[in-house]
Amino acid sequence: MRGRFRFHSEARLTAYIIRRLMQSAAVVLAMSVIVFLGLHVVGDPVYLLIDPQADQAEIERTIQRFGLDQPIWVQYFRFLKGALTGDLGTSFVHGTSALKLIVERMPATLEIAIAATLMSIFLGIPLGLYAGLRPNGLVSKSIMATSILGFSLPTFWVGIMMIMVFAVMLGWLPSTGRGPTATFLGITSSLFTIDGLRHVAMPALNLALLKISLVIRLTRAGTREAIHQDYIKFARAKGLPTGRIIGVHLLKNIMIPVVTVLGLEFGNLIAFSVVTETIFAWPGMGKLLIDSIQTLDRPVIVAYLIMIVMLFVIINLVVDILYSILDPRVRIGEKSA
Amino acid sequence: MYRSKTILMALVAAGLMLAAPLSASAKDLRMALAAEPSSMDPHFHNLTPNNALTSHVFERLVQFDPKMTPIPGLATSWKTIDDNTWEFKLRPGVKWHDGSPFTADDVIFTMERAPNVENSPGSFSTYVKGKKFEKVDDLTIRITTPAPYPLMPNDLATIAIISKKNASGAKTDDFNAGKAAIGTGPYKFSEFVKGDRYVLVRNEDYWGKKPEWTKVIIRPIKTGPSRISALLAGDVDVIEEVPTTDIERLKGDSKVTLGQGLSNRVIYFHMDHWRDESPFITANDGSKIKNPLKDKRVRLALSKAINRPAIVDRLMEKAAVPASQFLADEFFGTSKKLKPVAFDPEGAKKLLAEAGLPKGFKMTLHSPNGRYINDARMAEAVAQMFTRVGVETKVETMPSSVYFKRASTGADGKPEFSFMLLGWGAGTGEVSSPLKSLVATYDKSKGLGAVNRGRYSNPELDKTIQQALATVDDAKRGELLAKASEIAIEDVAVIVSHYQLNTWAARKGLKYTPRADEYTIAMSVSEE
Repeated sequence: MRGRFRFHSEARLTAYIIRRLMQSAAVVLAMSVIVFLGLHVVGDPVYLLIDPQADQAEIERTIQRFGLDQPIWVQYFRFLKGALTGDLGTSFVHGTSALKLIVERMPATLEIAIAATLMSIFLGIPLGLYAGLRPNGLVSKSIMATSILGFSLPTFWVGIMMIMVFAVMLGWLPSTGRGPTATFLGITSSLFTIDGLRHVAMPALNLALLKISLVIRLTRAGTREAIHQDYIKFARAKGLPTGRIIGVHLLKNIMIPVVTVLGLEFGNLIAFSVVTETIFAWPGMGKLLIDSIQTLDRPVIVAYLIMIVMLFVIINLVVDILYSILDPRVRIGEKSA
Repeated sequence: MYRSKTILMALVAAGLMLAAPLSASAKDLRMALAAEPSSMDPHFHNLTPNNALTSHVFERLVQFDPKMTPIPGLATSWKTIDDNTWEFKLRPGVKWHDGSPFTADDVIFTMERAPNVENSPGSFSTYVKGKKFEKVDDLTIRITTPAPYPLMPNDLATIAIISKKNASGAKTDDFNAGKAAIGTGPYKFSEFVKGDRYVLVRNEDYWGKKPEWTKVIIRPIKTGPSRISALLAGDVDVIEEVPTTDIERLKGDSKVTLGQGLSNRVIYFHMDHWRDESPFITANDGSKIKNPLKDKRVRLALSKAINRPAIVDRLMEKAAVPASQFLADEFFGTSKKLKPVAFDPEGAKKLLAEAGLPKGFKMTLHSPNGRYINDARMAEAVAQMFTRVGVETKVETMPSSVYFKRASTGADGKPEFSFMLLGWGAGTGEVSSPLKSLVATYDKSKGLGAVNRGRYSNPELDKTIQQALATVDDAKRGELLAKASEIAIEDVAVIVSHYQLNTWAARKGLKYTPRADEYTIAMSVSEE
């Protein structure tokens, strides 16, 4: 983030985006080679999938059907050829396009990821701000103490405990699964039904715990630092109302690290919500990934990782653009960006 | 995130409405599975969860009762015309879910499609090949085979009959979408959401006993603790595969009833019978020795070293039965003479001494981790038992995806391990299945010994198996299969440990009738 002042030009932005996309294409290529070779070394899924009573001829036929009888480089080039036409392969287990499988499960994962991110924004920022403005109050101290728990307790354990308490003992929320969906403005989601939201609550909170703690700590640290800066003192001296000082001047200045972290964490939420989805039997992409790894469903694993790389590239891009809105000194398109 | 405020408010609202219970009408049934069915196409993948799910909608000519005895399904009777020809009479008056009549044409069509499904990861061709299907009249089918084939009813109990009218040219996706999922079964297709839920509704015009449930909702919940929580929280009515560690606790829970039954699965050890030097066996000082497992006395010693009752009681929490052979006594073709090998560490030591190995040897026991109930813990326990009689045994466990590949075709295309833990579920519900696949001599051209991972070979046993497979008369075949089991077990071709029990749990007021084939189906759930 160099502070040099430059004029923003659209051409530069486009060039910047193209360069970023080309970098990511190289990453995707390298990753696909590694995943292909890695999975090849691990083994193959034929003996897991085939009916145990099958004879040798049937086993061989299945190996051929998957193309696993070919040398690994032939298999890889077949994949590349398909990938160039947008076909990332056919799932061994499901028999349908790997990409389609992932896309089908994406809405479920997006739901809990969005809900978790909203929770961390709307709980984390106010709590962190409060703790930063009154660092010595009892409430602030308990907020900070609780946030340590959010960091240190394993997701797996918290998830099971939440189910035990809220579903089994209290019976307030459904234990597992996704609720009914409804369509609103062309988007079909379980966030639009009451029962759907009741299902979303626990997995989303489980995912959000760590992020809420993170945001609280970042916001508090930022607030503590900014509150002593000259511009805040000046604003106070000018007689601006406290609400405006905090809501506009302070908040805007402490948001950059928060946005960066939330952006990256949002990517993590989508890509690696494996544990939460497994515990809550949430039919999302994370569960698909772990199932595919267990059955060595290579096409799905490769397609998934490619999608994730693309996702992170896009998120980083969006974060960069958000910077430039939050901080006018940051200009997209600089070589050092 | 443009509706973030709305969503947040909705979230808050949801929080306030926490206490609103989700009511299910009395005649709905909600079941949770431990594994995910991958398709509604009954021919896509021959896999227990798929077969169980599709059996609500589609039926077989022959059905298995809960103990896997063949009983009439879409066929009312069957008989042999001569040694190589079977005749099946079809059930009259059966209607497909769309109202069209079920006839012999549907059966012929099914047998053409079943082995040829695109992208199938494990097809039914094993059960169709070598059989010629002919229509005699609308309700009669004749099947000819090149040689006598006694397992015809068992084979036909695997293949679901689909409708020629509705499924001609249909792909797997057409079944998942419901378009081709038109069956004759007690429940009709309603919804298939991959990995999320499978919904079925009652077939009001079913030919048999009226199905009990108006609507059946099946969901996969893979994690054991989550599955149990879902049951205890009242979100589902029936769950399968209760983890053994929870069985005791649930027995004491007044809100839950358990259903436990013997499965068709035996847990056993296969061992290297074919290499002169086995890769994972050494002398105590680490030097190479002649493969001791070729000596029957050594194999028997290892079998005697295993404390089966202790494994069943403590490790399996009583969800198992000590095994004497490939299938529990009540299945067809088992020997009534064989008893579980008694725990006898002194006898084991004596046998080892007789075999010239008074100080034992070193060995690695390989086991999958997570494929069978408590498999890795079981491997640890058995390794200790072996070590106690002087065979110092190390354990190496690995995920199934790695394990089975190496156990079947290692680096050089041959089975890699010296001593391995495995399980076998007899899909046909009788003994020829394990005999044919596990202990018959590995022979690609005959399709025998396909998973004989120890490459055991015994001409006398092969002869008896072949003879049994060609004997159509049930009583005679049963005797031959029992004899073959005795030959294999007495020669310690494999060391059998225990038969798994399967455990279902249901909410109070419901009863699950356990099934040997491990199916979890609405037809087995009744109100008490």
